[in-house]
Amino acid sequence: MELVCPAGTPAALRAAVDAGAHTVYCGFADETNARNFPGLNFSREELADGVAYAQTRGAKVLVAINTFPRAGEQMLWHDAVRDAADLGAHAVILADLGLIAHAAEAHPGLRLHLSVQAAAANPDAINFYAQTFGIRRVVLPRVLSVEEITAINREIDVETEVFVFGGLCVMAEGRCSLSSYATGLSPNMNGVCSPASHVTYSDIGGNHEARLGDFLIHRTPKGMPVPYPTLCKGCFTSPDDKGNSQTGHIFEDPVSLDATRLIPALQKAGVSALKIEGRQRSRAYVAQVVRAFRAAVEAAEQGAPMPEGLLARLTEGQAATTGAYAKTWR
Amino acid sequence: MRRIATEKPAILSRLGPYRQSRFLLDVSDAPFLLLMQPEARRLTAHSRRAAAPDHDAAIRGGLAAFLAMLHGAEDGDALFFSGELQISGDTSAVLALRNALDDAELDLTEELAGISGQPLGRWLRRGSALVARKSGFILSRQEVMP
Repeated sequence: MELVCPAGTPAALRAAVDAGAHTVYCGFADETNARNFPGLNFSREELADGVAYAQTRGAKVLVAINTFPRAGEQMLWHDAVRDAADLGAHAVILADLGLIAHAAEAHPGLRLHLSVQAAAANPDAINFYAQTFGIRRVVLPRVLSVEEITAINREIDVETEVFVFGGLCVMAEGRCSLSSYATGLSPNMNGVCSPASHVTYSDIGGNHEARLGDFLIHRTPKGMPVPYPTLCKGCFTSPDDKGNSQTGHIFEDPVSLDATRLIPALQKAGVSALKIEGRQRSRAYVAQVVRAFRAAVEAAEQGAPMPEGLLARLTEGQAATTGAYAKTWR
Repeated sequence: MRRIATEKPAILSRLGPYRQSRFLLDVSDAPFLLLMQPEARRLTAHSRRAAAPDHDAAIRGGLAAFLAMLHGAEDGDALFFSGELQISGDTSAVLALRNALDDAELDLTEELAGISGQPLGRWLRRGSALVARKSGFILSRQEVMP
């Protein structure tokens, strides 16, 4: 199976390739991709250098252009697709129907992957994108079980790519507006969920507090880890029916996905590529995770047991789950 | 700072508007506070006995964590999730700095050796390796072995 690895900077791209990535995905330093963080991503020159570095070592580069263009400003997204094609990207990862239609028409030779941001989670949706626009691969949302992925693969003719490690978003990706309500900025339009510009950490009364906009998302005793404040993983207090206050995670706990042990099952399900999340993480993260997963992929191909628990320290909340794949998670 | 900014101009371009930010580096096992001002290419030490200098963002943690992050041995987010690093102030500025320095692949031993010239530089490299082994501190860039 192909290992698809994140790179937020040229240094991370080189680290991923050196650590054994078959493929690296990255984005331009603007609103056209869903990891539009300060100090992150690639200029056109950096992408050209990155493609050359990867290609000479037998690896491929994908460019994520997976936000939704705003009316009247679509040239920013059109230019990104053109430049990715001209600079030698193996494929572009797109989510927006209009942008996909434009790419298919203006760049007929360019390989198109359907981003997880398109939230295509059934054979009808995937086949529509394949038959209408020639999509060659779909990145499946993180809400499907292995059995459901197996069933989908029986009814489609395109490759499937699934997330196996990193931050876990279980919302209908590309459709979630939670962060927009708190910050006025949309992950789908502006390219960042819970933007750092609206995040504040402070020490108050012996506790660490993390806020997103005007909302207190986490309060933990000093010395305890404070997760990044996203609304879907927040810990909230509210009164119950009797007026007593109750505190808990309403949507998700701040845990990360680690599907290492499911790699053989995903292989059997017909999955073509395994994706690691984390373009916003450092080159140290990329090197450690890619090396571990390259070993796991090679073990799976030889029928050897999967290594486990090697990467717990790198996960958000210092805890991991197999997510929806094994359906033991709420 | 001037030498690094000259040799690695991508640090300032990656910082974008945050090159004008003032970063307080509170290394808990150091006797002083450091104030980094990228735009001015200035790094200054300040007494802990006085009030902390004005700053836009602060990063606090042990020397081992700072050195491991700078040299690509440890992930900044992992150090943050585990509580080994804490941040306050302008979170965007901290992220921009972390990403800019991560991409720069700095090597403090090589920077010092480069300033020092040939004979002293050789001695510094050997001394740094010895101190790293004895102390456990990461004092030079960690390479990814293919």
